[in-house]
Amino acid sequence: MATRNARIGLVLFFVYLAFYAGFVLLAAFAPATMQRTPWAGVNLAIWYGFALIAAALLLALLYGAVCRLNDDSDADVA
Amino acid sequence: MLHAPSTLAIVVFLAMVGVTLGISVYLGRKAKSSAGYFAAHGQIPWLVNGVAFAGDYLSAASFLGICGMIAFYGYDGFLYSIGYLAGWVVALFVVAEPMKRLGKFTFADALNARFNSRGIKLAAGVSTLAVSVFYLIPQMVGAGALVQPLLGLPHWLGVVIVGTVVILIVVTAGMVSTTWVQFIKGALLVVFSTILTAMILERGFEVRRWREGHDFVSIGPARLSTLATDLAHESQLGYPEVLPAEGPWKGLPYVRLRNDGVVSVWRLREVEDVHNNYGGESIVMIDQTQTVTKTADGEMLINGKSADRGAIEPVGFISELPNDQKKTGPLGPLEFLSILQDSEVVLWANQKVVEEDGSVTTVYYPKPTPGSEILQPGASATFAGIRSEKFSDKLNFLSLMLALFCGTASLPHILIRYYTVKDEASARKSTIVGIACIGFFYILTLYMGLGAMTSGALDPTDSNMAAPLLARSISEWLFAIISAIAFTTVLGTVSGLILASSGAVTHDLLENLTTARFTDHQRVRIAKMASVVVGVVAIALGILFKELNVSYLVGWAFSVAASANLPALVMLLFWRGTTRQGIIAAVIVGMVSSLAWILLSGDTFASVYGLPKESSPMPFSQPGIVTIPLGFATLIAVSLVSRRRWAPGA
Repeated sequence: MATRNARIGLVLFFVYLAFYAGFVLLAAFAPATMQRTPWAGVNLAIWYGFALIAAALLLALLYGAVCRLNDDSDADVA
Repeated sequence: MLHAPSTLAIVVFLAMVGVTLGISVYLGRKAKSSAGYFAAHGQIPWLVNGVAFAGDYLSAASFLGICGMIAFYGYDGFLYSIGYLAGWVVALFVVAEPMKRLGKFTFADALNARFNSRGIKLAAGVSTLAVSVFYLIPQMVGAGALVQPLLGLPHWLGVVIVGTVVILIVVTAGMVSTTWVQFIKGALLVVFSTILTAMILERGFEVRRWREGHDFVSIGPARLSTLATDLAHESQLGYPEVLPAEGPWKGLPYVRLRNDGVVSVWRLREVEDVHNNYGGESIVMIDQTQTVTKTADGEMLINGKSADRGAIEPVGFISELPNDQKKTGPLGPLEFLSILQDSEVVLWANQKVVEEDGSVTTVYYPKPTPGSEILQPGASATFAGIRSEKFSDKLNFLSLMLALFCGTASLPHILIRYYTVKDEASARKSTIVGIACIGFFYILTLYMGLGAMTSGALDPTDSNMAAPLLARSISEWLFAIISAIAFTTVLGTVSGLILASSGAVTHDLLENLTTARFTDHQRVRIAKMASVVVGVVAIALGILFKELNVSYLVGWAFSVAASANLPALVMLLFWRGTTRQGIIAAVIVGMVSSLAWILLSGDTFASVYGLPKESSPMPFSQPGIVTIPLGFATLIAVSLVSRRRWAPGA
């Protein structure tokens, strides 16, 4: 049922989900942390937002690089 | 309200419409069959499809709405950017390849791939229609709202123009022309947003109190106890009559002055008696505001004058830069943000005052705000939960972010784009291109929004005009192009929505509700007729909902899509135990529960029914955090029960 590509996709999905959840939870429950300016006078809320956008693209490129061209491994994994 | 129609904008818009329709007619011959009409024969190159994803997805809500929200509140609009983009991760990693593998023309095809069930087709068809119509209404209303200030045409004409052009695009060549329109729009949007951002950085920041040639006056400090008497003797104000704070004005921080029959409203601002000149009494400044009044007999007054004499003054200035600088000169992208972080900006807030005779005055008042606060989430009403102490408010925020995350990969008009490429690898590659374009654009929205906030060109009464007015503050040409792109933004998204809806009507609903079997040629004809009907309905709804603020319907679409469609799609892909009954139940329960929650929510009570927010029975307004898990739970429970009941020997 799940192909090789689908399994890689699921792993990357959970990596991103954890990163996204971290952002949402920090914003909701630790807003003071988001106000800190860790680098270049720009606050964590903006850095984290940029990082989420960059991470989406990087993980997408990684997925594109490791996926099989057209994955036919349907039957081998349940 | 402060915009004159631009001939240049009309010319550029007409040129874009001409090019779009020309492409559609040229491509018309390629869409004679169902495969051509609904899926462009699966022959769209992945790179084109990727940019078309951006054109399909970046609706007027994304372009105008997010820029406007950032310009008015700061970081909060960027939260939408982050949530909308994160949804594409779900689309790529979970949905893209299976959609291409399982489906043919509509979202219901993919859900039904293993079961060949009429029930699944009907349920998914209805959910597709519901989501698409919720998405469609704000686009059409937005088209009319854009036409009014930019082209000087009445609202209904804007809706009819956009509706007619879109119907022509969809009817001539279906998915083929829709794809190319979306490709052109996506590319133009990203290219010109980049140019606009580069110009914002090149311009940098400059301290100005107000626009040259116009001064908003602040008067004081004065003792609160003697304010009325002092103002009546104020020569700078022309010795006005001070109106008593009666009726709805009682207890509000405003004082109303009348000169020559014109009433102006001033906002009280408490200040500290630093030098102890006033013996510990309450000291205030009064700041000039701007007002828009709709009188009980329907007349519009601007700043107390009839609409043809009064005008809203543009706002949005930096009032303080770090180290007492007056002007920064060109800035780098990080420098732009760090300088804003240490500056002070005069934002404009508003308050509605309803008089006893039914007239409504909206007061727009200046609110100097530190940059560090502007660049923090939680300033707008939508995301106020972040700064609230109540747990239910926090849940509301989490729920909205969850719906944005899960909604994208469940929007039917996005999902059908996967059928337009030749194979799964192309589906994957086009999603990666889509993520690159959309992610880059969303970073630009932050700069465009903050640029508009400090451009001195903002209309405090209309946040949707932030991006076009920002462009006008730079050059008239750029304004014309950005305005025309805003229209093509509507064209691209509405074409996709009408195509998804007509596919659902023809392929999922009609063929399953009737016993008739259609030939391929008949199916295309029916789909074209369905497109015209959906288009005409969209035009009617766009005109009908003119007076309502319908931007929240996009949020409804995301919540319903995430609750009704995603659980069924994900479980079909990853759980062997999924049954036909489970999918039907999950789609119906997800759709009905999320809709019911929304219709009973505090936000809907306040914005649609005009009732107090507190009278809503729901603990918070955004349903996703409850109804998305409910969709999954329903599917698992019904699948388990139905499998046991129909299992051999059971």
